[in-house]
Amino acid sequence: MATITTKAARGTPTAPGTPGWVRWVDDHRKWLFAAPAMTFVAALLVFPLAWTGYLSLTDAEGSVRAESEFVGLQNYLDVLSDTARFWPAVGRTAAFTGVALLFEVVLGMAIALLLWRPFKAQKWVRVAILLPLVATPVAVGMMWRLIFDPNIGLANQLLGWFGIGPQPWLAGQHTALPTTIFIDVWQWTPMVALILLAGLTSLSDEPQEAARIDGASTWQRFRHVTLPLLAPTLTVAILLRGIDALKTFDILYATKGRGGGSFHEVETLNVYAYGLSFDYNEYGVSSTVLILFFLIIIGAMWALTARRKEAQR
Amino acid sequence: MKPRPAYRVFRVVALTVVVLTLIAPLIWMIAASFKTNVDIYDPGKALVFSPTLANYAKVLQQANYVEFILNSLWVAFAATVASLILGLPAAYSMSRFNMRKSALVVLMARVIPGVSLLVPWFYVFSNLKMVGGFGVLIISHMFVSLPLVVYIMMGYFDSLPAELEEAALVDGLTHIGAFRRITLPLSMPGIATAGILSFIFSWNNFMFALVLSDAGTKTLPVAIFDFVGYASIDWGGLMAATTVVTLPIMVIALFVQKYVVSGLTAGATKG
Repeated sequence: MATITTKAARGTPTAPGTPGWVRWVDDHRKWLFAAPAMTFVAALLVFPLAWTGYLSLTDAEGSVRAESEFVGLQNYLDVLSDTARFWPAVGRTAAFTGVALLFEVVLGMAIALLLWRPFKAQKWVRVAILLPLVATPVAVGMMWRLIFDPNIGLANQLLGWFGIGPQPWLAGQHTALPTTIFIDVWQWTPMVALILLAGLTSLSDEPQEAARIDGASTWQRFRHVTLPLLAPTLTVAILLRGIDALKTFDILYATKGRGGGSFHEVETLNVYAYGLSFDYNEYGVSSTVLILFFLIIIGAMWALTARRKEAQR
Repeated sequence: MKPRPAYRVFRVVALTVVVLTLIAPLIWMIAASFKTNVDIYDPGKALVFSPTLANYAKVLQQANYVEFILNSLWVAFAATVASLILGLPAAYSMSRFNMRKSALVVLMARVIPGVSLLVPWFYVFSNLKMVGGFGVLIISHMFVSLPLVVYIMMGYFDSLPAELEEAALVDGLTHIGAFRRITLPLSMPGIATAGILSFIFSWNNFMFALVLSDAGTKTLPVAIFDFVGYASIDWGGLMAATTVVTLPIMVIALFVQKYVVSGLTAGATKG
């Protein structure tokens, strides 16, 4: 029995009389199975990315069919010395991602801890948590646009009840970015909460019990038992959410339109690059911004996973 | 062990605040979709108003939303089915043969900003005369849903013991046969999870359709902008349109809650 199993696992067909081509397919299934999906992704990813890399070295603009000239690293020099649009966009991307991620992780952790131990209405709370995160982001942006409308919105009415004057919210030059961060936190905190809850539920009870018997307080048990055990899940949550937060586009476009508003209040790198490509057709410059943006994302991921490996050691 | 009474009171209060914060805006949106624009402007009619279906009539009749709903359904459905057809065998191979580097290539698609691919896509697909057709929309949405399918299903296949397939081989099945008759039927919960998530992400996708669709193939998230004018916004119509986009997906998610949650949290507990 054992020998047959080993033979089978190596890929030798067991049934006698199997046609040759079936045998061939069976023996080569590793790549035959993987190839279609990998070809698809590679065709849509590797080749376009290489092209974007090439475009970033040219002065391509206007029409995608127009002739363009190779300009070397000129675009990179221009973009990296552009303090009017590029660096503010980098700052906004970092601020948006950093602040949103911080709130989402802290609030998500709090919600996950509240839902950890089963109770009667838990099912209903979980339903409520699911709704924002399956809602279409563009629609969510529009919904908050109504609520945050300075004249007719619910937000200013609520503030009025507490005697606070109306705020400009999305319409204000300095309040727009924080408001979009709030919207992002509203929509995606549930996702972090669900991931952390899944992590918490998979933890064994024993370390908790041991710490309790040793007289550890609730905070001590969270800080020294739960949190270290949850660290891998926390990293996954931060990684998944962080990448998507860096790339946020839909709610920014829905609330502030092209260019992140008339003063570029919410213009992150993604919004900036989109505008360069499809509003101004500056393909060379936009490709440069995108390559730099991509490097930033890879760098952030690398930093996170490196820290995770260090933490595991 | 039972939590202390003080904590239980705190939990009820805290979770009530959480639930209200998450649900109230959605209820506000749905309520506004049943109001006239005059009522939306009137704070006194926040919750008590005479509901009207005028906004929905406008959305469904004047704005051709039925067509956009069908577009969204078709693109999401086709992208999901195609992603499952390509993704299931790939995820299986990557799981069983431990092809982590190949998996990384597919998962890169989840990391890269879509804008950085859109210019080359636009160029190639407009030369192929595909821009504005359904084909290019489905392909672009697959770019989102295929990595999702592979990611979720790799985790699922990892958790299925290989012994079951080996037993089938002993019984004379080929490897492909074992995959088709043993592994796939056993993976139905995982396939449902991957399929539902893929559908939701495709339904909600905005940027690809913004660039690659035209008036005839527009999907719902792009069509929402029909209600946003340069000078003014038709709030009643806009909220009816956003409700038409979000409500179906939220209702579906409630019915298949278990799958949605397991898909969103896939890979979270393995570390």
